[in-house]
Amino acid sequence: MTDVVAALLAVEVDYPGRGKALGPFDLALVSGEIVALVGPSGCGKSTALRLLAGLEGPTRGTVRRAAGRGETSVVFQSPTLAPWLSATANVALPLELAGVAKAEARARAVEALARVGLGAAVNARPAQLSGGMAMRASLARALVTSPRLLLLDEPFAALDEITRRALADDLLAIWREARPAIVFVTHNVEEAVYMAGRVIVMTPGPGRSAGETRVEAPTPRPSGFRTTALFRDAAEAISDRLAAATRAAA
Amino acid sequence: MNRLSFLAPVALIGALLLIWQGACSILHTPEYLLPAPTAIVLALILNAPILALSAWRTLAMALEALVAASVFAAVLALLVSLSRTLDRAIRPLAVALQVTPVVAIAPLVVIWAGVDHPDRAIVALAAIVAFFPIFSGAVRGLTSADLDLERLFDLYGARPWQRLLRLRLPSALPFIVEGAKVASGLAIIGAVVAEFVAGSGGAEGLAWRILEAGNRLRTAEMFAAILTLALMAAVVHLCFQALEKRALAWWRGR
Repeated sequence: MTDVVAALLAVEVDYPGRGKALGPFDLALVSGEIVALVGPSGCGKSTALRLLAGLEGPTRGTVRRAAGRGETSVVFQSPTLAPWLSATANVALPLELAGVAKAEARARAVEALARVGLGAAVNARPAQLSGGMAMRASLARALVTSPRLLLLDEPFAALDEITRRALADDLLAIWREARPAIVFVTHNVEEAVYMAGRVIVMTPGPGRSAGETRVEAPTPRPSGFRTTALFRDAAEAISDRLAAATRAAA
Repeated sequence: MNRLSFLAPVALIGALLLIWQGACSILHTPEYLLPAPTAIVLALILNAPILALSAWRTLAMALEALVAASVFAAVLALLVSLSRTLDRAIRPLAVALQVTPVVAIAPLVVIWAGVDHPDRAIVALAAIVAFFPIFSGAVRGLTSADLDLERLFDLYGARPWQRLLRLRLPSALPFIVEGAKVASGLAIIGAVVAEFVAGSGGAEGLAWRILEAGNRLRTAEMFAAILTLALMAAVVHLCFQALEKRALAWWRGR
């Protein structure tokens, strides 16, 4: 249970002309755990995610990835669906690119769509889906390859409160089946506490860790978790840490 | 409101035609200077067969040019989108071709194509003007795929040809269709300009009808040919607009 899926070891990322975006930053991700990265805009959260995905390399430091290319999935803030493809074709895309036969890829895509509650919209085009449904389709595309590592970059930021809560619950239910390691980036402290076992607060750019908070509660969360003292205390602690980190940088 | 917006242009054109007709009959303007609308309509009817034939010739040459320009522009855009160096190499030439007025190159092309084959010169010139909008649209489209989708293709380890066929070409479709629409109008302009410069009746397109009528001071026939040309260009424009609308509707999925 304690094998490391991916790790960032003292990584630093410089962008030419914009200076240092991240680091030094450390993060070891254990198989099946859910980690939230919380921080202000421009703190390098997305950069950390791209390093974990292998989409970008660090300027200094080391990235270790036990999860191979086909075992890592990313969900972006916008659904990022191809408008010219149906929901099924969009979800089947990662499988088809990996060489899975079209019929099988489509069948697995329909299955993945059903799992995120889009069983009735398999033939719909992205333009016909609501914001929440499009995000579900995007999640289905990430899940269709049965990833060991699932990276979510502010996936619910553009959604309304009810939709984002429903999606958070669905995501946790899905997590219970396959138990991928999840890293998700968010602005929202309460969402972080609700989802993650570990919440890491990041400083404004260059992003460093300003400490982490463990949330000792079963996943998926028991009903009414948001009203418990545990939830409120954790959220409070993280908010304070976030405020201190932002103040220190200003 | 809807009926008004439909009636307004019809009413204006009708009023202008009435004034025109009235002015011609009151002032007794000579027909070679300004023919009355009725005289133009008469010329249209009397010359209908030959005008239709000429319109078809011009249209055929413009469409031929459009096809040639599309193939050439698509191949070049594909190469340019695949290699930065090729982009740098080809860009200045493409821009130079675009900014040089077609009237200026026309005599040269007429010499090359041979005075015996004015139709070849016309197709070549129309293709030259139609080339740029398709080329620049295709290049822009091929390089403007959603950045996060590009990242997903990286993540999934897509091969270059998979990226091209499944991401960049479909992403480019709206730009290409838009370019083709603009190019269709330019191809007709190119064909007419080229025929003017060629100055011989070898191709017998609409431009030749205008020239010929002008040389013989048959101004009503000249108007008739111009009207036919405008009508043809409008129909081509509407066709391409409808095509673009359908393509975009398919692309967006609604």
